Amino acid sequence: MAVDAGWVRTSSKDNRFVVAVGGSWVVGTAGELDRRLHDIAPGKLRSITLDLSEVAALDTSGAWLLLRTQRRLVAEGREVAIENLAPILAPLLQQVAETGCEVPPDMHPRRRFGDFIARIGKVTITQIVGAGALLGFIGLVAITVMRTIRHPSRVRLAALFQHMEQTGLNSLPVIGMLSFLVGVVFAFQGADQLRTFGAEIYTVNLLGIAILRELGVLLTAIILAGRSGSAFTAQIGTMKVNEEVDAMEVLGLDPIEVLVLPRLFAMMITLPLVAFFANIMGLLGGAIMCWATLDISIPTFLRQLRSPLPGWSFWVGILKAPTFAGIIALTGCYEGLRVSRSAESVGRLTTRSVVESIFLIILADAVFSIIFSYARI
Amino acid sequence: MRGSDLGAESPPIAIGGSPSIRVRGLEARFGENVVFQNLDLDVRRGEVLGVVGGSGTGKSVLLRTIVGLNHPTAGHIEILGEETALLDAVARRRLDARFGVLFQDGALFSSLTVAQNVQVPLREHLDLSPEMLDGLAAMKIAVVGLPADAARKYPSELSGGMRKRAGLARALALDPELIFLDEPTAGLDPISAAEFDRLIANLQRSMRLTVFMVTHDIDSLMAITDRIAVLVDKRTRVGTMDELLRDDNPWIRAYFHGPRGRAAIGSAQGEA
Repeated sequence: MAVDAGWVRTSSKDNRFVVAVGGSWVVGTAGELDRRLHDIAPGKLRSITLDLSEVAALDTSGAWLLLRTQRRLVAEGREVAIENLAPILAPLLQQVAETGCEVPPDMHPRRRFGDFIARIGKVTITQIVGAGALLGFIGLVAITVMRTIRHPSRVRLAALFQHMEQTGLNSLPVIGMLSFLVGVVFAFQGADQLRTFGAEIYTVNLLGIAILRELGVLLTAIILAGRSGSAFTAQIGTMKVNEEVDAMEVLGLDPIEVLVLPRLFAMMITLPLVAFFANIMGLLGGAIMCWATLDISIPTFLRQLRSPLPGWSFWVGILKAPTFAGIIALTGCYEGLRVSRSAESVGRLTTRSVVESIFLIILADAVFSIIFSYARI
Repeated sequence: MRGSDLGAESPPIAIGGSPSIRVRGLEARFGENVVFQNLDLDVRRGEVLGVVGGSGTGKSVLLRTIVGLNHPTAGHIEILGEETALLDAVARRRLDARFGVLFQDGALFSSLTVAQNVQVPLREHLDLSPEMLDGLAAMKIAVVGLPADAARKYPSELSGGMRKRAGLARALALDPELIFLDEPTAGLDPISAAEFDRLIANLQRSMRLTVFMVTHDIDSLMAITDRIAVLVDKRTRVGTMDELLRDDNPWIRAYFHGPRGRAAIGSAQGEA
């Protein structure tokens, strides 16, 4: 079949304005034809014929254009007749005509200034409701923990050990490596500054306090939030999507007891241990750096580390660990249980759980600093 | 120029003539697992071909291989007269615009409204005014039987049946000559499924589409297909319903003469 571009020709005959169209009236030519049809101006003539005898190809887009032109002319108070349509194309034109060819005025969601205020309101309410739900969740977990303490046999040991392995043992390489490097960097930067006072030896004190009080545990908590907190949300979230959590409830299993407690306990047991490991690795990194750049031998390093260091430094750091662990595990599990039945919400809530845990960890760290400074330790 | 993709050279539909899809000696394997081998299949212009087969026989793999999402390990695929393996990127894009695919759950872009989803192929391949984009999207949404207010909804706000209709509207956005449907009635209640069958049959007639439909649904097969391709023993057996009813392959017999097959065929013959 010969294929040419679509065309539009106008003429007037016996007081009728004839629009002859032909060629390909398909989606590929529709843009051009649209511009040509806009130029049709029948002037004073009120009777119009749309002559389709030469249309070689028609698809729904072409049909839509023809019908829209007809509608426009009719709206101007003219009378329009469609003539000479090939019978084979008739069902298509009919099908498109049945849709009405109207563009609803509210086809796209509009953005108005009011929406902005509405959004503030919506977010506020969501936050308040969310805070209530979080409190409820913490309460529920607390009750379940109490019940488990009375019946310790209900602790799921296999799950507990599995999560301890995942959050604790498997995270040792990355946490060890990072702490070591932070120790190295701290020693290097500290030595550089303190050398100007001739007080290089105090690099050791700086390292001891910074790593034992703050960095070791903070670094561990942040990495575990990214590594295990997100995994908690994703695991529980995926189970929500698959309706596994619903299945548990129907089978009489308590999701808090089965899913949340093993993760919470595993995190609270392992995080202090991993933080201890991080402390050692951080100090090791610092010690090696001191030895390499400041000629402070390892025994000197250890002596210096022990003498002026307030005995509390180590415990100040480690005491924070269970709190951070609670934050990570509870946030991770809570966000996981909030997953709805869509895969998309798993991703969204996983991101959210990591951001929230890290935010809360740093907030808690600040609160600890204030408390410890009042307690003068 | 973007507008030139679908210029006047895209030929109009002629019923009959050369096949829309021609598959020769196709083989797909994943590692050791051969899904199909030495598979031949012709889809004639203007027909509705149903593709059936047991779970794991590679119906979806066949569809994905033909549309170019899987690379076959051997064989030739010709779509609308173009040998797909020989196309360069530009020709491939032009060919992609000439067929539409409806994925199982619609595969709508979740961050876009239904109207914007339908406009994606229009914007990508053509240079149209915003007014026209909206008009064509509204028309397509109406053609697939969605209410006008569905246009500004997001996929998550739609029911499964509506998502399939919206997916069909997007597949039809460029007025393709050929559409692929992956289990169009799966997950729909029987009433919606029958409506969807009718919709496809209607559109197929009026738009003169060639339809390649993977399905499990014997009612659908009875209602709208011209011929049926059965995937058995890593090959296809193609025939009309009557021919397949006489086939003595054990799987085909079990499929069409099993309790569900008999019920569907019986009720369809009762209506006729």
